[in-house]
Amino acid sequence: MKVFLYLLLAIGAIFNGLGAFALIRFPDVYTRIHGATKCTTFGSIFSILAVVIYGFVKGGGEGGTLAIHALLALFFLLITNPTGSHALARGAHRAGVRPVGAVVDRLEEKE
Amino acid sequence: MRKWGAWATSAVFIYIVYLILTLWTGELGLWSLGELITGAVIALLGAIPLGNIVWKRGDVRLLQPHRWILFLFYLIGPFFFSMARANIDVAYRVITGRIKPGIVRFQPHLKTDFGRTLLANSITLTPGTLTVDVDDGTGEFYVHWIYVKNPEPRPEEVCGPFPTWARRIAE
Amino acid sequence: MIAEFGFLVAAAVLVGYVFVSMGRLMAGPTTPDRAVALDTINTLVVATMVLLGTAFGQVVLVDVAIVYALLSFIATLYIARYLEGGLR
Repeated sequence: MKVFLYLLLAIGAIFNGLGAFALIRFPDVYTRIHGATKCTTFGSIFSILAVVIYGFVKGGGEGGTLAIHALLALFFLLITNPTGSHALARGAHRAGVRPVGAVVDRLEEKE
Repeated sequence: MRKWGAWATSAVFIYIVYLILTLWTGELGLWSLGELITGAVIALLGAIPLGNIVWKRGDVRLLQPHRWILFLFYLIGPFFFSMARANIDVAYRVITGRIKPGIVRFQPHLKTDFGRTLLANSITLTPGTLTVDVDDGTGEFYVHWIYVKNPEPRPEEVCGPFPTWARRIAE
Repeated sequence: MIAEFGFLVAAAVLVGYVFVSMGRLMAGPTTPDRAVALDTINTLVVATMVLLGTAFGQVVLVDVAIVYALLSFIATLYIARYLEGGLR
């Protein structure tokens, strides 16, 4: 049981780290949004899943409350994170930031 | 009549979220009387601004329960799998730095707001793609693709089976 | 207990990633870069708060994380709106 929790936490930490390093490594805004959004969302799913399982195993009022609230936080994170990154990408394109080394840019042709 | 329906539906949803947040707080079963009354008041007040915005285009088909079961199945099955693949993909690109980006356009033929939102969020969280803009009138998607294989793609090339799933769930 | 110590360690690692992202927040050449870094930091902080709430046995911290997630989402939308060309 404990090993399983540690495994989930480790996977979450690894993918969150991947997101943070993608932010440093990639060349322009859009590719950074790619890395940051995907990896932090996926990593947070595992981190919070560890908390949920821990709460349900602990049981009782306190553990149940912890699990349900963590699940709700995960739900909101899963909805808001891609939406926010989508808004940022659109704002960046409207602000005049072009993708570096793009082979095709249909949105610019439209505007 | 439809306005009242939208308002009541929003109120019920807010009430459910409130009840989930206040589980195990009282003596009346799981809740206390004060929490139930406060939640009802908050739900009725909160539904006033929400009702008109969320159900503007009449997406009432989303209330059918078999769509929710389908959505849960989609979330655990194909969506989670391709999300895992997306992260391996990002890891590969972080390490090797092989990118060939571009913004492509395609037409998935979705009409409702919920269907478009579902597809846009799915695209953002799955391998190599990121929704940049959605044309509100025609429903065309502008997608930033991290490794462009074809500048004039069909929807299946960019995001696999997701348009079919979005249509099945939301329309 | 030992399991809660694990949660504490994971939270510490995530705080380390917040500092890594802060590098992009300070260095980012354009404003959207900084906004993306801020968005990443927000997600990491939400996960950290949930883990810390578990490590210390305080459910209140998880509630704070929920409110923080929603407020940071609104802040992100606000910044994106600003980037699109002024607050109209």
